This record gives sequence, structure tokens and C-alpha cells, in this order.
Amino acid sequence: MDLHKVNNTCRWQDLTEGMQIYEGGTSAQFPTGEWTAVKPEFIEDKCKQCLLCVPVCPDSAIPVKDEKRGAFDYDHCKGCGICVKACPCDAIKMEGVN
Amino acid sequence: MGKRDRLSGNEAVAVAMRQINPDVMPAFPITPSTEIPQYFSSFVANGQVDTEFIPVESEHSAMSAAIGAEAAGARTLTATSSCGLALMWEELYVAASNRLPIALALVNRALSGPININCDHSDSMGARDAGWIQIYAENNQEAYDNFIQAYPIAENPDVRLPIMICQDGFITSHGVENIELMEDEQVRAFVGDYAPEHFLLNSKESMAVGPYATTHYYMEAKKQHAQAMVNAKQAVLDVAKEFEKVTGRSYGLFEAYRLEDADYAMVLIGSAAGTAKDAVDELRDKGVKAGLLKIRLFRPFPAQEIANALAHVKAMAIMDRAESLSSQGGPLGSEVMAALYRARSQALAVNYIYGLGGRDMRVEHAEEVFEQLRQIADAGEVTDAYRYLGLRE
Amino acid sequence: MGYNFKETMNKPERLAGGHRMCAGCGGTIAARNVLRGLHEGDHAVIGNATGCMEVSTFMYPYTAWEDSYIHNAFENAGATLSGVETAYRVLKKRGKIDDTYKFITFGGDGGTYDIGLQSLSGAMERNHDMVYVCYDNGAYMNTGIQRSSATPMYANTTTTPVGSESNGKPQNRKDLAAIIAEHDVPYVGQTTFWKNFKDLHVKAEKAIYTKGAAFLNIMAPCPRGWQYPTSDILEICRLGVETNYWPLFEVEEGKWTLNYEPKKKLPIEDFLKKQGRFKHLFKKENEYLIEEFQKEVDRRWDALVYRCGR
Repeated sequence: MDLHKVNNTCRWQDLTEGMQIYEGGTSAQFPTGEWTAVKPEFIEDKCKQCLLCVPVCPDSAIPVKDEKRGAFDYDHCKGCGICVKACPCDAIKMEGVN
Repeated sequence: MGKRDRLSGNEAVAVAMRQINPDVMPAFPITPSTEIPQYFSSFVANGQVDTEFIPVESEHSAMSAAIGAEAAGARTLTATSSCGLALMWEELYVAASNRLPIALALVNRALSGPININCDHSDSMGARDAGWIQIYAENNQEAYDNFIQAYPIAENPDVRLPIMICQDGFITSHGVENIELMEDEQVRAFVGDYAPEHFLLNSKESMAVGPYATTHYYMEAKKQHAQAMVNAKQAVLDVAKEFEKVTGRSYGLFEAYRLEDADYAMVLIGSAAGTAKDAVDELRDKGVKAGLLKIRLFRPFPAQEIANALAHVKAMAIMDRAESLSSQGGPLGSEVMAALYRARSQALAVNYIYGLGGRDMRVEHAEEVFEQLRQIADAGEVTDAYRYLGLRE
Repeated sequence: MGYNFKETMNKPERLAGGHRMCAGCGGTIAARNVLRGLHEGDHAVIGNATGCMEVSTFMYPYTAWEDSYIHNAFENAGATLSGVETAYRVLKKRGKIDDTYKFITFGGDGGTYDIGLQSLSGAMERNHDMVYVCYDNGAYMNTGIQRSSATPMYANTTTTPVGSESNGKPQNRKDLAAIIAEHDVPYVGQTTFWKNFKDLHVKAEKAIYTKGAAFLNIMAPCPRGWQYPTSDILEICRLGVETNYWPLFEVEEGKWTLNYEPKKKLPIEDFLKKQGRFKHLFKKENEYLIEEFQKEVDRRWDALVYRCGR
């Protein structure tokens, strides 16, 4: 569905019926990454692709493809730092988290 | 065509449900509507329907499960009364704002306290602003006919609102009358199949129901809901027309009984209309121009049509079978008087509270009201617009 | 069904980013990982009690859920999903749909232990083919950290504030997993974020694919309510398990199984001292409260071990 038609300036006639949404995962269009300036840094050389950082992320900001993690999704990462501590290889660094 | 049978109002509504053969019925028993889920459970047990009945643990869960089932794409109904409806209160708003055309058979009963199992309209009147369509019945035939018409109204694409089909506790729910039933096939054809455009179990699209809406959206959401309610009036009339074609029985927004040339009118809802009609007939025999306006559709409220139908009367009594404890009268009184004001009506109007907790309204009570109306008309003014009928004082 | 961590991580993401949960939220970690229990190709309808998760994951027009989703109200997630699940059975029976759907509902401890307990109990007793997941963060976090019946004793909350006459919540916490197990449902599991999450993933898959009603209780720390730095969540969960505060167990067809027993149980203060909500217990004059807390943890552990027939 076209979310551009449904926004906080649209007329009542343009809202979906009963405020229902007919598509999954539309929140991806909302940039929660703006909430923080502090972000984790992925040091790919050190990564052994154990994927232990993946389940701990509350913001689904560590994409996995072919059983390998990719770059952080900074559009959604809120900088909680959990992945830094989950990583056994020192492959993730973040200011203020040791 | 149809077949005649002797049925209580509860059984008549249960038969309508059997004929509709809905997808899901969650229900919890409460007097005086208990028989409806009982009858329906026996239909399920005997294979007369293939509906899934959910024996939930409360009325709140009945409406909650109904919301889940209806959103999932299932045609869903339930039944309740009184405190059961009050326990659903929060859920009534959720069902309506999510635009889920659930049907609810309401058997009107007084709200606690003190606890009382008999008829008045305090339950449904308490839910009048929940965004449900409300249709009321005078007798068992009307309760049955209204229930058959429920889904075609509620599921109309311009409406898509839940609907409450109301009848008076014990008076019609347990009173046995001769009524005419439609054939099962006629009902199935009239009600049709339910195929919503969007539903949770549609594998072609994900659907999300029940959002948090910020201030940016809430008011627009309410306006959208309000417009659906405006649209419901025409749907009620259209469905009534189709129903008349099939059954020959005619319905509208309200019934005007000997009202056309009436000087004195009574406005009421529900089973007391039978008593009021007897009083009107007796007074007419004596040369008194009495008449009755019996409201069928209360939500949406057909204000303009009601005001027009009453435009010519000298004095009227608006009869409320519910207190709103506002110090000004009952809910029907407020709404009818507002309608009269908007229509710039000069009619004198008085609001009576009657029949609370099952108190009988007898023909002599109705005649007493008409006598009061004559005195008001003669005096040309209303001294006390908020009165009780049948009260010991 | 053998467990493979990397395959589990490789599954498509079913909870999108861009939701408004706080940074470091345990509830979201719980939800994401429970959804990993779903088999690829199976559809799901997700239910949700009102709470942080609901207002943050479906703020119109943004839904974080890739699957169909329904939020109804605070106290009725059990009943709502039982309606959805019943609709599925009847529509399938009537030939109107033919895909496979699973039904999972999430509620915080407020919506589950407290206001939604009746609705949950009803849904469990009727044995709907669904999973109720409680993300237990031990207080009403959405409204600002008020105590719940899941709040551990002595916790400082906004309705059990520590003061000259108060040491925090006076009562013990309710054992909800046991209460649901006593409904004689086919599956109950208690877990948290532990090691590589195998415990959680396996329990989620069992709960989802066991026919009938299932309940998962997941300790899901809340950094605001528990008062710890967001990055500490895994350490707190580890200490919860190693102190026996949050034992990992499951109940299958009435059979209780302990999934992990610490070789050397850690003292409860290790768990408590990481959290600001227990700060007052570490004043000199309050040492007896930690002893009381330890006694309660031990008593409950012994009862659990007994149930597990050990």
C-alpha cells in the first residue's frame, strides 16, 4: 500500500478504513536511527560470522544473508550497545561500551 | 413462502442465527438472553449449523473473541444482556472503531444496582455512543425480522459497523407468540455469503488491526467512523425494502401509528408500544386524537424524520425506559427534544421515565399520559418536563 | 527437528526495524526471537495486549510486524487470539482458506499476570491452538514503572517507592508459569536471553508447533525500569539464571523438566546489585533483606526441583 497517501496531513477521507494497514513491516520506513548519534562500528576483519550479535538486537538492525551478517542498518539502530557485549571477537566497537 | 410457528423471542432470534449459519459465535450466559446461546449450542451439537461456538469465560472475552474472529474474516455474532453488555463496554468501542460488522442479539435488561433481571433499556442506552447501529423490536416477529436484516445492513460497504438487535427482556424474550419464519434457503439468499475485502487470514496480504493513533490521526478516525454511521440510515431503509419484497413485512426508521392527524403523541421504544397502541385505539374510539411513534432505529438517530413526523402534534410524551440521571430526564427525551429544536418545532414535549427494572406499563398508565398531554396542550405550557410514570410517591 | 543456530538466524526477519521501543528493550528481543520459531512458509497472526510493545510496534500507519497483527485491548489478548484461531478453524473447515497459520500473542506482565489473567486462563483452558508469550519485565513499564504481581519483592517502583517507611514492594512475585501449567495445557516453557538463545528458540518452536494451547514466560529486562545501562542485558539475564532467580524449565503434557542447573549457584546479590531498582538493599542496615530475598529464591528453586522430580 502507498503510505505516502496516509500521513499526518491527509484528510479523514484518505485514512484507511478502521485505521487498518494492509501490508507488513511498514515501520521500516520510519528512521529510528536518528534517535542516537552513538552507533556501533562493525570491524569486519575480526568477525568470525558466529552471528551471536544477531538475536540480541532489539531493532532488527543486523541483517543476515546466506548465514552471514552484513553491515549495520543505521536507519534503525538505536545504539543500545547490546551487540558489542554479545560479540566474542571484539568485532563490534561502540563509544561508551566496553 | 414462510411458515408459522409459536416461539419465544429468544428462540426466534436463535432460529434466525441457525438460518444464517454464521462462522463463529463466542458467548457467555446472562439472564434473560441465556437461552440464545443455549439454543444455538444445541444446533451446533445436532449438526444443524457448522458454526464454531466458543464458550468464553466472560462477556468481555465474548466481545474480544468476536473482534478477533471478525477481523480474521469470519462472520461473527454473540448475545448478551445488562451487565454483560456493560462488561463489554470497552470492547464495543473497539469493535466499532475497527469497523467490524459483528451482530449482537441484545435482550434488554436493567443494569445493576440494585441487581434486577427484568426489562429496561439502561444497558443499550448506556452503549448508545459506542458507534454501534441499534435497532429495537416491539415483539417477537420484529426481533426475528430485525436479526435477519442485521448483516446486510452491517456489512454494507458504506457502513461496515457492528449492529445491536435489541428486544425487551422477558416481555418478548420469554413471551411466546405466533410468528412467521422465513424458509432457511430464503434467509441464506437474503443474507448472502460474507467475503470481506481485507482480513487477517488473507495469505495474499498481511493486515494490521488496532493501531495506536496519535493526535494527528484520532480526530480524522472518529470523523470517518461518524460518516459510516450517517451512511447506515440509508442502508437500513434499503435492506428493509429488500426484506419487504421477500416477506411482505414492511419496516422503516420508526413506526407511526395513527400519528398523521394526532394532537397528542407518545414516542417510545420497544414492547410497550403494544400497550400504547391499545390506549391509542381506546382514546380514538372516544374521539381523542392520540397517536404513537415507535422508534425502530435509534443509532443512527433519524432526528429529522422523527421531528417531521411529530411536527403537527400539540403535545407529546417522550417515554424513556432508562434513567440517565442527568436531572433532566432520559436519553430518548434528550435526543427527541434536540431533534424538535433543530426542526424549529413548537410542539410541547414532556419526558417520562417508565418501566424501569421490569415495572409494567399498563393501558391505564398510557391513558394517564395522554390525559396529561391534553392538559399540557390546553395550558399551552409544560410545567414539569421530567416525570415518572407508575411510581409510588 | 534438530536445532541449528545459524539456520535459525538466517530465517527472514519477521519484526521490522523502525518500531518505537526504547533502545535496548528486552521485550522486542523476546518477540523477534519467538518469531524465529516459525517455520518458513507458515503464516502467522500475531496478537498483542496493550502495552509498550503495542503502542510502539503499531503506531499508525507504521506496523513493525511482517505478519498479520491484531491489537485489541489491555486485558484480552488471550480471548482476542482465541477468536482469530477459531475463525481459522471454521474458515478452513468451510474451504474458504487453505494456508497454514500459527497464532502467537504477546503481552507484558501487566497484560498477562494481572489485568489479562482471566482472558488468558480462559484461552488456555479452552486449549486453543495458540501460543501466549509473556515478555515479563516485572512492572507496568508502559505507564511508568508501577508494580505488578510479577515485580520481585523489594523492587523500587513508582507505586512501591522506597522511602523512610518502605523498602520497595513488600510481596513476593506470582509464579505464573506454574499457574498456567496447572491449566493442564500441552506446553509451558520459561526462558530468557541465555547464551546463544537456543533455549528460547527451541521452546518457541515447541510452543508454536505443539497442538493446543502453549505458554511461554520470558524474562525480558527493561533498562528504564530495572535501571541498568542498556548494553548490560545479557549479563543480567545470565545472572538471573545462574542465581536461580529465573530458572529455565518446561512442562510438557504435565511433565516438568529443569533445563539448566547451575553447577555453582551464584548468590542473589550478584543479580540484584546490577540493577538500580534494588540499590537500597545494599545499604548496611538492609542486608537482612538480601538474606530474605535469597531465602525466597531458594524456597522456590527447591519447589521447582521437587516438581521436576529431581
